[in-house]
Amino acid sequence: MLRHWLPHPLLTLTLVLVWLLLVNSFTLAQALLGLFLGWIIPLFTLRFWPDRVRIARPWWLVFFLVKVLWDILVANLAVALLILGGQRYTRPAFVPVPLELRTELAISILANTVSLTPGTVSAWLSPDRRTLLVHGLRVRDPDALAREIKGRYERPLRDIFEPPC
Amino acid sequence: MQEIAVSALIVIGAAFTFIGSLGLARLGDFYSRLHGPTKATTLGVGSLLIASVIYFSTSGSGVSLHEVLVTLFLFITAPVSAHLLAKVALHLGVRSIAPPPPQVQSARGAEGAATDQRSAPRGSGSGASTTRATG
Repeated sequence: MLRHWLPHPLLTLTLVLVWLLLVNSFTLAQALLGLFLGWIIPLFTLRFWPDRVRIARPWWLVFFLVKVLWDILVANLAVALLILGGQRYTRPAFVPVPLELRTELAISILANTVSLTPGTVSAWLSPDRRTLLVHGLRVRDPDALAREIKGRYERPLRDIFEPPC
Repeated sequence: MQEIAVSALIVIGAAFTFIGSLGLARLGDFYSRLHGPTKATTLGVGSLLIASVIYFSTSGSGVSLHEVLVTLFLFITAPVSAHLLAKVALHLGVRSIAPPPPQVQSARGAEGAATDQRSAPRGSGSGASTTRATG
């Protein structure tokens, strides 16, 4: 019964927070309006969210976010130096990364993370969702890059979203 | 003190945004150019937003947290648009310095052969710049 009327509790919570930040005032009236929107919007968009989002270890997600933010900072400096240095220093390459993740949300978070971090953009996902094609700006060793992405980002995401049963 | 911090953050942000746009002009091919706006710009906009939070929070009208939302939406949408641009470029066979991967060729299959010849000449020219404008 609860599942029927509140299909996505996490989405509801996020929507309430986003609403409060959007109106930029934390009054009771706005909180109630936010709760109403957070309740009604998931019901109307139910078709786009067939599966319930499961986060097995929410706290690991916080650590993951901190790590990614730090990597974004480093990525910005590295790419800025590459751009200033000019084309001589870039060695672009496409690197296929075999995926072990199966959840759609986890795969999209991985692709987003790859695009935001050092010199890599996720360019293409194979139709069977088993290979993510990554374009690197300066690739010396494609295998090492694939290993780094798998170890640094895919493993934590597996632990967070798809813990071994 | 707070004025110094705000000015420093604005200068840093402007510098990174400038470098990001410089990358658009300088890098070799379409795929490399995608790196500029997705990264250098993220930190550029990030510092500008932190400066905005500091300025408006200390100027008397209470804490301003709009900027958190801007950051959140930017971090969600920038990689998605970059991914879509790269995917479309691979599909159209846009000219690339790095050899295009065999997986895409096989996935495109027979229908890709026709589009390949049609779209190859306008690799980094008008096609890339018009896509940039919308991205």
